[in-house]
Amino acid sequence: MSTEARAGHFPAVDWNGGTFPYRVGHRKLGMWLFIISDSLTFSALLMGYAYLRASNNWPTPFPFYPSIVFSSVMTFCLLSSSLTMVFGVSASSKGDKSKARLWILATIFFGVAFIVLHLIEWSHLLEEGLRPFYLPEHWAKVFTLADGTPPTALFGATFFAITGLHMFHVATGAVYLLIVAARVKKLKHEDIEISGLYWHFVDLVWMFVFPLIYIMSVDMHGALGH
Amino acid sequence: MNAHAEEHFAGSNKLFTSVWVVLVVLTLVEILLAYKTMPIHIMLTILLGLSIIKAALIVAYFMHLKFERLSLILTLVPMLVICICLLFVFFPDSFRSSGLRYKFQESAPVAPAPAEEQ
Repeated sequence: MSTEARAGHFPAVDWNGGTFPYRVGHRKLGMWLFIISDSLTFSALLMGYAYLRASNNWPTPFPFYPSIVFSSVMTFCLLSSSLTMVFGVSASSKGDKSKARLWILATIFFGVAFIVLHLIEWSHLLEEGLRPFYLPEHWAKVFTLADGTPPTALFGATFFAITGLHMFHVATGAVYLLIVAARVKKLKHEDIEISGLYWHFVDLVWMFVFPLIYIMSVDMHGALGH
Repeated sequence: MNAHAEEHFAGSNKLFTSVWVVLVVLTLVEILLAYKTMPIHIMLTILLGLSIIKAALIVAYFMHLKFERLSLILTLVPMLVICICLLFVFFPDSFRSSGLRYKFQESAPVAPAPAEEQ
């Protein structure tokens, strides 16, 4: 019997020994709690980034092409992957598991596209000479302030740490969804919905990483001569 | 609550598509903002405001929280918001240390030149 149906047999007051106070299964509640803790991880990383940014001379090196164009297309990929995922969950709720599988495969496709584009974007920056603890020499020259304060090398550290951890989450999500797609007929609807929760969370994190890391660091005046 | 409640997934594909359209439009607004000249704190406020709207749309519709029980929403959301607000406790220190960091640094933060082979 489903969790929800059993819950209906115990109409206790929710906070008074109710069996299912949230009316969700324990797995779904577990995923929600994981998402909360993971969003605190990312919040802490982004706060650390904001802290360093406020206390240092921060370089703003991203050109329109390739960085902003790539990251915008990546954002579009993730948003679309969320849409296909929600279509998949919707199809699964109607009992159409084959359709759900196709939508989940489309989600994986967009996720992999995101990773590939992001790695290309990383390789552009690595070629320029950005490393976790070093800036490219021409960046260091251009972004040094009039009083001689050099830009901080922590730019690379925060950039690679935050986008790297996010990329790891996308990769993990793609593997997770691949397993869900392979076993979709055996899984209950709620399990598919749970995998959707994780995927949307990865999308949600990018909604903060993209403006804070990319949009806030645009090379507006073409200081680097792009 | 009936026995079919578990299989029910509220919200039509049309609704989800329109949420997606709003998300894409807000992203485009963010990209446009990147090329507007404005004080950094105003830019940061607008960008974070847009991001919070986007996050709320994703959580409410895609992650379906809007259609869950109020008790779940009240358990998850305020706790997260308070924890994130607590992280702001570090910021006075960040402004204090602004500019102190490189007082004694002489060289630019670039990779050291490779040692020449003799």
